[in-house]
Amino acid sequence: MLFIKCPYCGDRSQNEFAYGGDATVKRPEINKEVSDKDWDNFVYLRKSPRGKHLEFWHHVSGCRQWFKIQRDTSTHEIFKTFKVTEEI
Amino acid sequence: MQKYSLFSLIKNAFRNHKDWEVAWKNPKPKKEYDVVIIGGGGHGLATAYYLAKEHKIKNIAIIEKGWIGGGNVGRNTTIIRSNYMYDANARFNEFAMNLWRNMSQELNFNVMFSPRGIINLAHSDVQMNAFSRRGNSMRLNGIDAVLLDREEVKKLIPMADFSENVRFPIFGGLMQPSAGTARHDAVVWGYARQADSMGVDIIQHCEVNGFDIVNGKIKGIRTSKGNIKTKKVGLCVAGSTSILAEKLNMTLPIETHLLQACVSEPIKPILNYVVTFGAGHFYSSQSDKGEMVMGGDLDGYNSYAQRGNLPTLQHVLTEGLALFPFLSKLKMLRTWGGIMDMSMDGSPIIDKTHIEGLYLNCGWCYGGFKSTPASGWTFAYTIAKDAVHELNANLSLNRFSTGYLLDEKGLGTKTWIG
Repeated sequence: MLFIKCPYCGDRSQNEFAYGGDATVKRPEINKEVSDKDWDNFVYLRKSPRGKHLEFWHHVSGCRQWFKIQRDTSTHEIFKTFKVTEEI
Repeated sequence: MQKYSLFSLIKNAFRNHKDWEVAWKNPKPKKEYDVVIIGGGGHGLATAYYLAKEHKIKNIAIIEKGWIGGGNVGRNTTIIRSNYMYDANARFNEFAMNLWRNMSQELNFNVMFSPRGIINLAHSDVQMNAFSRRGNSMRLNGIDAVLLDREEVKKLIPMADFSENVRFPIFGGLMQPSAGTARHDAVVWGYARQADSMGVDIIQHCEVNGFDIVNGKIKGIRTSKGNIKTKKVGLCVAGSTSILAEKLNMTLPIETHLLQACVSEPIKPILNYVVTFGAGHFYSSQSDKGEMVMGGDLDGYNSYAQRGNLPTLQHVLTEGLALFPFLSKLKMLRTWGGIMDMSMDGSPIIDKTHIEGLYLNCGWCYGGFKSTPASGWTFAYTIAKDAVHELNANLSLNRFSTGYLLDEKGLGTKTWIG
């Protein structure tokens, strides 16, 4: 069981959260020319590192806010949680 | 190589079983190989076997970080099936089915292939229509498919909950009678023994640390047991693909996720088929030892842990109880986890890469075991001929950027959503 510290609600059990994937992926800017390669990078290509991973989570059964977690993908240790607008 | 037979069993029994040959050797790596396969799982071993047998390449090494069969090939729930709708997936897996049917004879090793049939349960009229369509597609590809109504399903699995007030009442199901199970460890040992006998070096406990690439061509690999020169490298490392891809400066349409499975204590035969309860994220079969083998969904976040978490297991077993209430009486024997190379459309990749001499076999999601022989066969072809075979032509790496996805389940790129 992961214990996740929601930046808005504090420590809660994993059961209240939904995963949202790699948070380092940036959507190409809207209303600008987007190359096929950029779109491919955004939609399909993932680094999927073993070790520290920055990812989105959704407190879906709580405050319903999206936020970011820095977590180790081999030990599941959670280092830090941030609001979406915050950087590491 | 010593042939396994009743005669050899009796002969060795008289010698107190002291004279059996080792099934495969434990060689030190040579300085140079014609082909190096990274990953000594089912797919890697099968690839080496078919390279030696079909393409007469003998100077091959398999480099395995752990021990052969210690990864996903020893962690899966042993299901073999070809109940796919898309032509590319159906033909590929039906080719595998044909290799499964003859595998015990071919490898002189009893893989205990048991074509007992698989039933996918349907829980609405709409799902029955979808299954009817899938069954028709399968039959057009020469695969057996039978659409079952509720009463027919009840005859086959009377122990399931057929009461009216359940959340997902059973409307019927789609059955592939020729699908089944096999003993996964035997597949590893059978391929390893045959590959070894044809001169393949199986090098265990050897980690790949890097690649030597000059002018876009592969020249060798660097391992924990020294450098090895080679012109051809096949990557066959499933959940660890992205780790090696990083060393190659490649980013792939793959994420590594965690999947759990479990078995109950052994009981007398009760379930004669593989049954999937998709609406409840649960499937089960009964092993030859009598254990109920059970599995379900991914844990749901990127992970290399090979070790699961309780909430998902609890969810899977809750759904299992909804389908098979008798499971509540059983004790759990073992649970375990494995790491899955989840591709962005749910289908695998067997292809060349932009690096000359580097070949990629990955993206098996949670369905790689059934494809083991076809994966090895087509990957061996691709490595030997430096070209894709008709069977893996659609399992290309560039299908994501070109839009020719094989999104069999239509899940999109959120691979962790079940």
